[in-house]
Amino acid sequence: MGSGRLYAAVAAGGFRRYATYRAAMLAGIFTNTVFGLILVYTYLALWDERPHLGGYDQAQAITYVWIGQALFKTLGISGGGFEDELMERIRTGDVAVDLYRPADLQLWWMAADGGRALFELFARGVPPFVIGALLFPLALPGDVMAWLAFLLAVALAWVVGFALRYLVALSAFWLVDGTGVVQMSWFVGWFCSGMMLPLNVFPGVFGDIVRMLPWSSVLQAPADVLLGEADPLGTYAFQAAWAVALLAAGRLLQSMATRRVVVQGG
Amino acid sequence: MDRVDGVDDAFIELDGVEKVFEVRRKTGFLKRERRQVRAVDSISFRVERGEMVGYIGPNGAGKSTTIKMLTGILTPSAGRLRVAGIDPSRERTRLAHRIGVVFGQRTTLWWDLPLVDSYRLMHRMYRIPDARYRENLDRLVELLDLADLLDVPVRQLSLGQRMRGDIAAALLHDPEVLYLDEPTIGLDVVSKARVREFLRELNAERRTTVLLTTHDLQDIEQLCKRVMVIDHGRLMYDGPLAGLHEAGESERTLVVDLERELPPIEAPAPARVVRVEGPRQWLAFPAAESAAPLVARIAAEYPLVDLSVREPDIEAVIAKMYAEQAGRAVS
Repeated sequence: MGSGRLYAAVAAGGFRRYATYRAAMLAGIFTNTVFGLILVYTYLALWDERPHLGGYDQAQAITYVWIGQALFKTLGISGGGFEDELMERIRTGDVAVDLYRPADLQLWWMAADGGRALFELFARGVPPFVIGALLFPLALPGDVMAWLAFLLAVALAWVVGFALRYLVALSAFWLVDGTGVVQMSWFVGWFCSGMMLPLNVFPGVFGDIVRMLPWSSVLQAPADVLLGEADPLGTYAFQAAWAVALLAAGRLLQSMATRRVVVQGG
Repeated sequence: MDRVDGVDDAFIELDGVEKVFEVRRKTGFLKRERRQVRAVDSISFRVERGEMVGYIGPNGAGKSTTIKMLTGILTPSAGRLRVAGIDPSRERTRLAHRIGVVFGQRTTLWWDLPLVDSYRLMHRMYRIPDARYRENLDRLVELLDLADLLDVPVRQLSLGQRMRGDIAAALLHDPEVLYLDEPTIGLDVVSKARVREFLRELNAERRTTVLLTTHDLQDIEQLCKRVMVIDHGRLMYDGPLAGLHEAGESERTLVVDLERELPPIEAPAPARVVRVEGPRQWLAFPAAESAAPLVARIAAEYPLVDLSVREPDIEAVIAKMYAEQAGRAVS
């Protein structure tokens, strides 16, 4: 299909754009490694006190940390993806250029973010993970199928993450200054996806709720697939349901935004 | 423009097109006041295939709103609008394949990547057949002198280079109409001349219909036979550029150098002295009248050393038009 080639080209462009900034890449690997180390020692202290917290043994807990560091930038868990750019384009009115093109706004940005995510997975995801695996004993599966199952869960996690961030970005059509929404989305994304602690450790109703929210499909879900703690098919269904619902919400918001909103800047 | 029962060659048609925005303004902590702003107010015009038309007006006059309606990204509040027989807002994507747009202050190019990457994207986006893409790219690269820039990241291009790059990007898919919104804004004299020269050739050779929005009246003078003036959302003038002088009741200026400093010359009305600076005096008189009787009279009665006649400045003509419109709006 012709439009498939278009979005492939957009994704390839997204990949190459991020690949041009080598220094940022190295700085990112360093940051993710340091954060990983800090979290590992925190978790070690925690799991010493409370073994099998959240159903993980110590090796699983440490593995969880490095999965989190690998996916943090890749999936834009606390922002840093396409949304900053899209919001800026909405704020300045440059989005008019995106709108008159014979392309779909949501698919366009999804493709661009897909290219970015793929680059970040290799450039900023894999290296800290490898460093973590060299320094600590990790609980990793031995068979290829488990890794493939994990990658599929990561792909779905990216779709959910994209759909969430697309909603955040479109808020710029209504809010002249979207800083508050962005910061809130960073914090919610960081906590509710399980970046601070695995969502499994939260007890009671709070834990039940937080595990039902879309963010849990971004990090907790793929991590549990890799750690063998979740049934992959059930996880996919959960992720796919959120993906469809949020993408549809994004479409709705997009049509509202483009219909009612004056593009800034005359 | 005359029309022959709907079977004319009109390529762009607007009939009573309006665009009303609802603006909410903060009037208190939580209070909002709703106000309607009529950005485009009952505009009608038609542009024929192959025409090159200037569309001018001050900031906020409604130019960009019109262009946005013509691309389909804004829907008119009322009226009928067609481009190439297509209703832009209903079939935005279909129309997009037939139009090219250049916003001078925005770019369609990929900021971080080499120029040629953006062109490859256009190739896919507009589904341009490979052979035609190559052919068009080669031609545009030659005409716009882009050969050395293709591998340069867009962020490293100068404004003039980027503008040429943007114009090429808008033309790769052979659009039948090109909307240019301030294509020469911020460019130096050489770059401006180059862009104008290219547009002139494009229009002459390819018969591409061009609608040009600009603040720079030289763009219009050098490119367009026809000009439309819009202010406060209304079309105030639509006709040949020369006709603007009459419509704007413009005046020519006679500059007179006398032997010595003298009180203002007593000229026969409607001519009058508008400025005195030492021995030099400036007299304004209607552009349509001959300067000869006025010159003869002054030469007879005053110690004349030298004189020159200045043609009306088109900018002044338009500024006067706006001022009159504003005056009418107030009264």
